[in-house]
Amino acid sequence: MNKEFLDARRLLCPLPVIRVQDKVKQLNAGDRLRVVATDPGVMQDIPAWCRINGHRVLQTEEKHGEFFIVLEVGVQ
Amino acid sequence: MSEQKKAAALISGGLDSMLAAKVVMEQGVHVEGINFFTGFCVEGHTHAIRSKDKAKPKRNNSLWVAEQLGIKLHIIDIIEEYKQVLLNPRHGYGAHMNPCLDCKIFMVDKARQWIAENGFDFIITGEVIGQRPMSQRRQTMPIVARESGAGDLLLRPLCALNLPETLPERQGWVKRDLLHDFSGRSRKPQMALAEKYGFDDYAQPAGGCCFLTDEHYSVKLVDLWKARGKRDYDLDDVMLLKVGRHIRPNPDFKLIIAREEGENRFLQGYRKQFISMEAVSHRGPLTLIDGSPSSEDLNLAARITARYGQGRDAQQVEVKVLDKDQERLLKVKPLSVDEIPEAWHV
Repeated sequence: MNKEFLDARRLLCPLPVIRVQDKVKQLNAGDRLRVVATDPGVMQDIPAWCRINGHRVLQTEEKHGEFFIVLEVGVQ
Repeated sequence: MSEQKKAAALISGGLDSMLAAKVVMEQGVHVEGINFFTGFCVEGHTHAIRSKDKAKPKRNNSLWVAEQLGIKLHIIDIIEEYKQVLLNPRHGYGAHMNPCLDCKIFMVDKARQWIAENGFDFIITGEVIGQRPMSQRRQTMPIVARESGAGDLLLRPLCALNLPETLPERQGWVKRDLLHDFSGRSRKPQMALAEKYGFDDYAQPAGGCCFLTDEHYSVKLVDLWKARGKRDYDLDDVMLLKVGRHIRPNPDFKLIIAREEGENRFLQGYRKQFISMEAVSHRGPLTLIDGSPSSEDLNLAARITARYGQGRDAQQVEVKVLDKDQERLLKVKPLSVDEIPEAWHV
């Protein structure tokens, strides 16, 4: 299992989702991706994107105006 | 047993594309959604920027539609490629800077390339004849199909009965008699179909989902091109035209003044790219300066910035100016309302 990180700060939705989508394409099932963003919209959009594309959100957290999401890549 | 056919549906997040995808899914076709991001999409951005909108729950409608339909959605960044569509539209603009017909042709062409790369069989759109004055007319339907290169791989399930048969119909991948004959601007047939499918919550964008259909936004875009002496833009330009009060006292520079706390925070992210200023003796907005202002211009900009803060009635306001890493303080008298001509407001 690989653990990857994606910095999507300063990007507004849907760009963080697009960056996540592009990153996940390079990963394998079971890999984990930690995303940090500043647009609060990611707290809805990235989980929604994960649900429809078969990935799993493991953790979401807001800290000092930044939003952290950890997801596990599903079968692609 | 015949192989299940696969279609890519252009999903905008509105009702029509949602219904079009559903109509084809009901016929046993595997459907996945494509949503193109041009940078000008209304979706999301202003909600993310402005504090006053944060109380409303925010969702990306294309993702939401895909989830309702139970399909995958591929969001594709076309910001760079879209420039050619906006800057040189073969079919011209609509009421404002909206190149709707060229945009539709471009998106269907991109979808055509996508289905070829991903092993899909045809394309679905939610177009309805007569629904939109520029891009969805009887005369433009064949233009979109022809100039996109999609030809008869392009199926419009909501108005297919008003159009010639397409390949998916001729091949029996979908049954023509289960498609629809919607036309005109009435939304009643769509609403009835939505009810049939049990869709009771859907986005109804007033004036479309693109900032280029907005008069004020288009005026600001044209002003930007005029001031720079060239028709070009990048994503930051696109974003900044959505934010703040834009005031241009002369052709050399423009102020972008935050209107509230959310915009203030958003503009903070641009302080390294622009000269910025804000009052320090009183509370007030952050202002970015776009262009090449003289020191006289900066003084004027500081007076305008002071006018929009709590020191507006003071005899003197101290305004901090930050240009790259150089910081200095200007002591200015705020302009009065009457001293800011209406013509300066972009």
